[in-house]
Amino acid sequence: MADGISAPIEHRYSPYTDNGGTILAIAGEDFCVIAGDTRQSEGYSINTRYAPKVFKMSNNSVLANSGFHADGVTLAKQLDQRIQESTGEWYRHAHEKDMSTPAFAQLLATTLYGKRFFPYYTFSIVGGLDKEGKGCVYGYDPVGSFERYTCRAAGSAQNLIQPFLDSQVGITAVNRAEQLSLVSVIRIVKDAFTSATERDIYTGDFIEMFIITQEGVETQLHPLKRD
Amino acid sequence: MFRNQYDSDISVWSPQGRLHQVEYALEAVKQGSAAVGLRSKTHAVLVAVKRTPGDLASYQKKMIRIDDHMGVAIAGLTSDARVLSNYMRTEAMRSKMLYNRPLPIGRIVSALADKAQVNTQNYGGRPYGVGLLVIGQDETGPHLFECSPSGNNFEYYAMAIGARGQSAKTYLERHYEQFAEASLEDLVHHGLQALKATLQQDKKLDTDNASVAFVGENQKFTVLEGEALTSYLARLGSTDAPAAAAAPADVAPMETE
Amino acid sequence: MNRQDQLLDGFYRRDTYSPRVQDMYPRDQPSAFAGVDPVAHTQSPIVTGTSVIALKFQGGVMMAADTLASYGSLARFRDVERLHKLTDTAVLGSTGDVSDYQHVQHMMERLMIREDYHNDGHKLAPPHLFEYLRNVMYHRRSKNDPLWNRFVLAGHHNNTSFLGYVDLQGTTYQSDTIATGFGAHLAQPLLRKAVESRGGPQNVTEEDAIKIIEDCMRVLFYRDARSLNKFQRATIATDRLEITEPYSVDTEWAFAESIRGYGV
Repeated sequence: MADGISAPIEHRYSPYTDNGGTILAIAGEDFCVIAGDTRQSEGYSINTRYAPKVFKMSNNSVLANSGFHADGVTLAKQLDQRIQESTGEWYRHAHEKDMSTPAFAQLLATTLYGKRFFPYYTFSIVGGLDKEGKGCVYGYDPVGSFERYTCRAAGSAQNLIQPFLDSQVGITAVNRAEQLSLVSVIRIVKDAFTSATERDIYTGDFIEMFIITQEGVETQLHPLKRD
Repeated sequence: MFRNQYDSDISVWSPQGRLHQVEYALEAVKQGSAAVGLRSKTHAVLVAVKRTPGDLASYQKKMIRIDDHMGVAIAGLTSDARVLSNYMRTEAMRSKMLYNRPLPIGRIVSALADKAQVNTQNYGGRPYGVGLLVIGQDETGPHLFECSPSGNNFEYYAMAIGARGQSAKTYLERHYEQFAEASLEDLVHHGLQALKATLQQDKKLDTDNASVAFVGENQKFTVLEGEALTSYLARLGSTDAPAAAAAPADVAPMETE
Repeated sequence: MNRQDQLLDGFYRRDTYSPRVQDMYPRDQPSAFAGVDPVAHTQSPIVTGTSVIALKFQGGVMMAADTLASYGSLARFRDVERLHKLTDTAVLGSTGDVSDYQHVQHMMERLMIREDYHNDGHKLAPPHLFEYLRNVMYHRRSKNDPLWNRFVLAGHHNNTSFLGYVDLQGTTYQSDTIATGFGAHLAQPLLRKAVESRGGPQNVTEEDAIKIIEDCMRVLFYRDARSLNKFQRATIATDRLEITEPYSVDTEWAFAESIRGYGV
């Protein structure tokens, strides 16, 4: 309405909201790093400085969700129940082993598509190791179309971080990432978040980083600027 | 036990006030191989002996994980145990989904008893043919329960079910006072000794037929089998097991497991 | 053209070549659904409560909410309690629609009774109640029939404090300080400053917490036109849960005389 002043105040209900936040993942030769900031926002308010959006799903797969936090939590919980050892049940009960990351990636795609007409408003990334033990990253849209990447950023600072990753890591399957060491990948992740925090108001507070190797999943928490 | 005219259906009482079908179901539990459960102040342990139909076959598993904080050992009809354990898993998941709370052990045991009871009162049905020893850790500590086809359930410091379980119970009754303060290793050792008492003269516990499971505070439900049992079995071999109570005549193992 | 038609027009007459269902059935043809309105659920709250504020302190949690239930801009009910004792260790505070809140109160009450029937020593701790509430709220939003509230759940169980938020969209978070509604803008910065300047909730004494809460409630009364200087304060600490009777803080209005539009 052009004359906004005369319009009556209208509360329209939407089942969705945007809680901001950024996630990214980089696949290395025999490892994978997947990380997200821990800020949760709504409009110009910071809800909390620590709301995890990266979830360990099994001993070799980690899921990160940005977008609508409630959907992200529900999605992670639903997937969790279907797969892994610590809480999830069906897959493990049936096969007595962890689901592989490529299988989990496919499960996520079908789960997202299952709500094609009332989507989970989440931009997801999956990180882990493939059957050869190589690092793998999968990126998704909210309705489940997905692709394997060597590096991927998503969320409110996606367009700040993705070009940076492309320049530092490369975008093709045969690329520098295979030579990048874990140490340099961690440095790239930290740099990406520090820079994104400067320009994106929805990114900040902490980086929660998951490092996946043959040995399992290690978690690190690093501070970011809180402004 | 012999057939009589009051045992053709579950819902028929005998003039002596007995439900023969229920009693037969309890017999099915006794035909299964033995399982022993015991607990300390910090842990609950299950041990069981697995059976195999022959050298060419695998062993029938006796331990079923329900959730990180709970598991069962079974004696009797394995297929019935699968139905019950699937139900327990579903309930455990529901509790996590709805309340983010590990399912309290006593609650699922009561629910199981209610299910078993229904099968003792409906015409044309049959009771479950399996006994369960349920161990778990919840906010009120470690627990051990027995669930039987009759719909009875009791909490125990230590209990044995299955073939010649009485021999194990004799061992447990003699030693249970030490269990409360026992370490996990000692608890497993006691369990194996009790289990040993149930074996026939020519049988031994080895890495193939023994199965151990435990759970506790900061200890997820874990099943140990095969090589992982070597140290426990070695310790068992070096101790002289107390003379087992005279074992009742062996019941021929039927197709229960 | 009425408003609904305008809205629909926006969807139907978009310049596109995609073969959509709408395009295959021209709108001037009689529709099978003619005269049937789509199912409509709550699209806006009616009687509402304003901010709830809460913070963790050393050995407990404190929460406050005023007792006003507004009907639009009308201060309709002035003694409605918006803090509800759930268990011996948890309190629920509500912003938004009061009837939805009362519905949730009844629902939680039923849950507690079901739980008590077991009589086995197991209690639903604050995190469990919070997860249940999250499920209810998310489920209702997924049915497009939301409970129009922003809830704050505060608890202290087994020497662990809990403070969580859940709203009509199912969004959840936990934090050392929480403020809903206008409080998110006015009180939250004050709460965060008070807690962070002391180095965290473990350095905030109960006396500090009372002072902080009352200062925030005063600011909210000055600035939030849907607030009232009559509020309750809940304290949940080890072996103790108390909700005060409604009370007021001192306010100063002499300066107002010099404000244009208020005084002369």
